Amino acid sequence: MELLSIAVRSVFIENILLANFLGMCSFLAVSKKVDTALGLGAAVVFVLTITAPVNWALNHFVLREGALSWAGLEGVDLSFLAFITFIAVIAAMVQLVEMVLDKFSPGLYNALGIFLPLIAVNCAILGTSLFLVEREYNFSESLVFGFSSGLGWALAIVAMAAIRQKLAYSNVPAGLRGLGITMLTTGLMAIAFLAFGGIKL
Amino acid sequence: MSKLEAFFHKHEPTFKDGGKLEWAYPLFELVETFMLTPSTRTTSGAHVRDPMDLKRMMTMVIYALVPAILFAWYNVGLQGYRGEGVMDPSAWDAIVRGGWHMLPIIITSYAAGGLAEMIFAVVRKHEINEGFLVTGILYPLTLPPSIPLWMVAMGIFFGVIIGKEVFGGVGMNILNPALTARAFVFFTYPTAISGTGVWDVAGKGMFSSGGTVEGYTGATPLLAVSDEALRGSTAVEALSQYGFEFNDLLMGLIPGSMGETSALAIALGAAVLLITGIGSWRIMSGVVIGMVAMSLTFNMVAGPEALPSMTMSPLYHLVIGSFMFGTVFMATDPVSAASTTTGRWIYGILIGLLIVIIRVANPAYPEGVMLAILFMNVFAPLIDHYVVEGKVKRRLARHAA
Repeated sequence: MELLSIAVRSVFIENILLANFLGMCSFLAVSKKVDTALGLGAAVVFVLTITAPVNWALNHFVLREGALSWAGLEGVDLSFLAFITFIAVIAAMVQLVEMVLDKFSPGLYNALGIFLPLIAVNCAILGTSLFLVEREYNFSESLVFGFSSGLGWALAIVAMAAIRQKLAYSNVPAGLRGLGITMLTTGLMAIAFLAFGGIKL
Repeated sequence: MSKLEAFFHKHEPTFKDGGKLEWAYPLFELVETFMLTPSTRTTSGAHVRDPMDLKRMMTMVIYALVPAILFAWYNVGLQGYRGEGVMDPSAWDAIVRGGWHMLPIIITSYAAGGLAEMIFAVVRKHEINEGFLVTGILYPLTLPPSIPLWMVAMGIFFGVIIGKEVFGGVGMNILNPALTARAFVFFTYPTAISGTGVWDVAGKGMFSSGGTVEGYTGATPLLAVSDEALRGSTAVEALSQYGFEFNDLLMGLIPGSMGETSALAIALGAAVLLITGIGSWRIMSGVVIGMVAMSLTFNMVAGPEALPSMTMSPLYHLVIGSFMFGTVFMATDPVSAASTTTGRWIYGILIGLLIVIIRVANPAYPEGVMLAILFMNVFAPLIDHYVVEGKVKRRLARHAA
């Protein structure tokens, strides 16, 4: 039940993109076509599902204060290394995704282009790892949290891509074309996502 | 009629290219097409000839709104008197008082929204569209009668400019502009548009008798069924605790947003929209199906200590709050709704499910219609995309075989 509540919360209520506004750069840049957006969304889900539990394990057994007591090192606090370790793990995972995509889906690999390696610096992914430390999730909670945060992000970017495909028929004022109207649309989407804003699980 | 025609003909050059008032052409066009049917014809390509243009369509929606507007006019006054302890004011008194509170809100909405629309039309050189006539009346009908006029204006500015004009005007927006306007007011000035005491005009305005009833809260039925103190009692019990009977809910003689209260008056409008084929029957039935399914689910899982709203039957969900108004006039907005046949079913059913989920499971908002529709507006293009994609795939498979 607890896991289900974490899942619902991170997809709808505290959507990593539309409530926390993390991972905006690739969201704005790669949301022009539904298919590409879906590919990037899937990649983010994949990376998050792996990095969240791995980072949890690193934090739990190595980094946090007193974590190294199993190795006989009492009172050692390595949590100042959290950022750099998390980023290293994320970067390694992204490399993995890149190689897999290059091998099995070259079309998507080319469509994502520079934004695939940029997942490594996607704030949504580092943000998730930092949230799970802050909220003191256990292993299975981290796994579910990572997966559903990714799902929430993917849902948002795919919806945005469909909207932008429809916007191709709009007559947006010249100054707002491109990023401007995308930002405004993101804001309007965030208003709509407030529908779930008060649900307590 | 020919005199009118001659008049417009004579003044047309002033507004046409190179004329003195060239910038005001959208205004001229607005008045002209309002009076006369345009004589411009398409000259090339294939076109569907149909008298049902955008103008007729929007006018028809206004006709469909008339019962709800007239009822609101009467009910706003009536609820004002009832809140002050005068249970049976004469119809005339109620109408005078209702008009005193309701008309300024409608006029403000039209004036402020019209101004924004006009400026955009002149600057961007597009036509002023009848779509605004609908937005401008739908929006005030979703507001509580006690709302300050400046908030009405702020909301409609936001709805028209950010909700519609930045996308290029009528037909190009993503979210329903009237709902965007309302959501803006809802989140920006929550105390003026939620909670108790805002849903009637008791003790306000020049017709107020000044007296108030002891213990009168001005709560709406949806607040009654989400009352924490009434945990464990059924929805019907909770409603009667607050003095709401089913017949009043159906008729709409209750406090609430101005146009939403009467399920009956809105049903008349729904009939007009359905017979003329302007409102999609698929969306409307989808919303009802979703609502029935979800509320029955909640009824089934409701424990002994559940909120009254958990036990509320679909029939009550139908007549309470803005369910009817949202279903008939907001969800069916052809621009922001899904536009494929299958997509409309999915879109409608999901709205119905979400409405009940927000009403029952989200303690932050007693009513969920506005947010459910906005949420599905966001996903409507995605639904359409996948419906079309699926069709393409099936057809390819059929031809390959």
